Amino acid sequence: MNTYLESLAQLFGRAPRKPRKDELSPAAQKMYFYKKGEKVTKAQLIALHDEHHKNSKNKWRKRRWLTLIAVNLLFVVSFALDIQLLEGALTASRFAGFHMADLNSALQVMLAHKTVLINLLIGIVTVFILWIILGGRTFCSWVCPYHLVAEWAESLHLWLAKRGWAKNYTFHRGVRAVFYVIFALLAVVTGYTVYELISPTGILSRAIIYGPTIALVWVAFLLLFEIFLSRRAWCRYVCPIGITYGIVGVFSPLRVTYDMTDCKHEGDCRAVCLVPHVLELTIKNRSTDIHMGLGADCTRCGLCVDACPTSSLNFEFQGFTHREVKEIEERPLMPESKADSKDEK
Amino acid sequence: MNSSSKDTDSINTSSAVKKPAKKKTITRGPGRRAQEARRQFLRSVALTAGVTSISLLGFMPIPSEGKRQKLRPPGALAEEQYLSSCIKCGQCVQVCPVNAVKLDDIDTGFGLGTAYIDAREQACDFSCDGLQCVLACPTGSLTHDLDYTHDTRMGFAILDKPKLCLAVAGQGFKGQARGPDYEGLLRYEEIDRWNPIPLKDHPYDVEICDLCVQACPIEQRYNQCQDGKYPSGDQNQCPPERAIGLELIEEKNGVRHMKPVIYDGCVGCGVCEMICPTAEPSIIIDYDKLTKRPLSEQYQTKSKKGGH
Repeated sequence: MNTYLESLAQLFGRAPRKPRKDELSPAAQKMYFYKKGEKVTKAQLIALHDEHHKNSKNKWRKRRWLTLIAVNLLFVVSFALDIQLLEGALTASRFAGFHMADLNSALQVMLAHKTVLINLLIGIVTVFILWIILGGRTFCSWVCPYHLVAEWAESLHLWLAKRGWAKNYTFHRGVRAVFYVIFALLAVVTGYTVYELISPTGILSRAIIYGPTIALVWVAFLLLFEIFLSRRAWCRYVCPIGITYGIVGVFSPLRVTYDMTDCKHEGDCRAVCLVPHVLELTIKNRSTDIHMGLGADCTRCGLCVDACPTSSLNFEFQGFTHREVKEIEERPLMPESKADSKDEK
Repeated sequence: MNSSSKDTDSINTSSAVKKPAKKKTITRGPGRRAQEARRQFLRSVALTAGVTSISLLGFMPIPSEGKRQKLRPPGALAEEQYLSSCIKCGQCVQVCPVNAVKLDDIDTGFGLGTAYIDAREQACDFSCDGLQCVLACPTGSLTHDLDYTHDTRMGFAILDKPKLCLAVAGQGFKGQARGPDYEGLLRYEEIDRWNPIPLKDHPYDVEICDLCVQACPIEQRYNQCQDGKYPSGDQNQCPPERAIGLELIEEKNGVRHMKPVIYDGCVGCGVCEMICPTAEPSIIIDYDKLTKRPLSEQYQTKSKKGGH
């Protein structure tokens, strides 16, 4: 239960903390003990990565981009050919006649309108169950069209930042929770779905389906802000949709899990991650157990799975994915740590 | 600032994580870390203020007193209710057989993504018969309390420019109502019961222009019912009142002429505005007025008070 609370707290902006030594499981303590002083060179990491991903590089990114484009195209094709397979836009739709409602948009409408309609309720329940099964913020990285363009903007940002032409001003992550409360209150007080005015998800989704709008200028402005001033600012610090789906995904069986056994703690996963705080457990002495799921803020995008040189990060569907429980083998201690332990005695 | 913010984020390697720990032992008082934390806090406050203010710009184009910005699809709630309940999905757009429903842009503020109808470009001619947009609406922004076409109240037609009106001038009309380049669609029961056709494919030839009366969907249904042929074979589809008709009017100066007169059965669908062949439409939809009655009642109370 504690891990779920911690996961929620991090979703709302709390920074992950270093666990006390007595919070680590005996197995984890033992593993970290054997890892003491373990060093790895860049060349070794590259070799390891090549070995683990020799069949396909960026496997999950490819799958994800294809899925995201396919879902958004399905809306377009369904409307253009009038086949009524997936009608509407991401804010609300009908899939083969079944109502679906974006949970955040539905929430804004209910708060502003102060009424719940049966059709909307059906849509909410359907989507709620869907994303509990599929992992909550999976919506963000696998469906939201803004996520894809922001990802492209991000690579441009990183390229520019490396040359000193762009900066990355960070914000406190808690600001997203503040926005969540602000937009909820604004909806109740003003009676308008205020957030929908600036939601790049809705604007992009409608532009893709119904044709370009002036509202795209706002989306372009956001992208420029992210490219030159702050990496992935909207998804990280503003978007309430992320929190809504994050909450839905707290108990989701589908998650990225971490196994520390082979981890080299080099941090390649954190470097590519949209929400690196969920991966702080890959820092040495941070994971309380050998095998752990990532927090609810994880968008299940799989970039870390692709980046990990040792396959220590993997997609897991609890109850379905078979996981080998490895015995902790006795390892020879590193020379450095031997010296350490002698000093302690 | 640049390097420190980079440390926490873009190059988030283990070495970068170790660095601040070392610095902590060197610097005393408000060290670089505390300074950066303070800056980050101020930036976060600025971000909150900035984004919130931008979102509130949506108020600017909203007219006061809940007046309608545009003609809304059939069944639309009162403007404020409509704006609060619309989830901006466009399902009403997708089901409309004449593509009358369109989505608003960001220049309408909180109206962004909500459905409207530009009657002059393409009016709702009810050729779906079943109020498809109302059925498609997932939030009830287009109220589900409607059952029949004549129950809708999108607005109310008014003869806006009687001086332009061909009927008032005693003129007829021959040809395509809106010219050869007009793309709008209209359903003609006698041509194709199920599919609307381009307006330009159906030229008219009348001695006194009565296109608005001829094309009115409510009038058509009313007349069918008078002939005992109920629309869709359902007597409930019969409008209880007429919507528009040409009447012989005698002006104060004794001049007699024909004039389109709008009755309380008008639902404000906008077909008259769409088909009106004058360069500027003589007849338009006032989408804040829903029937004749409140207007005349208002006039009566006003005249009593003001003593006009």
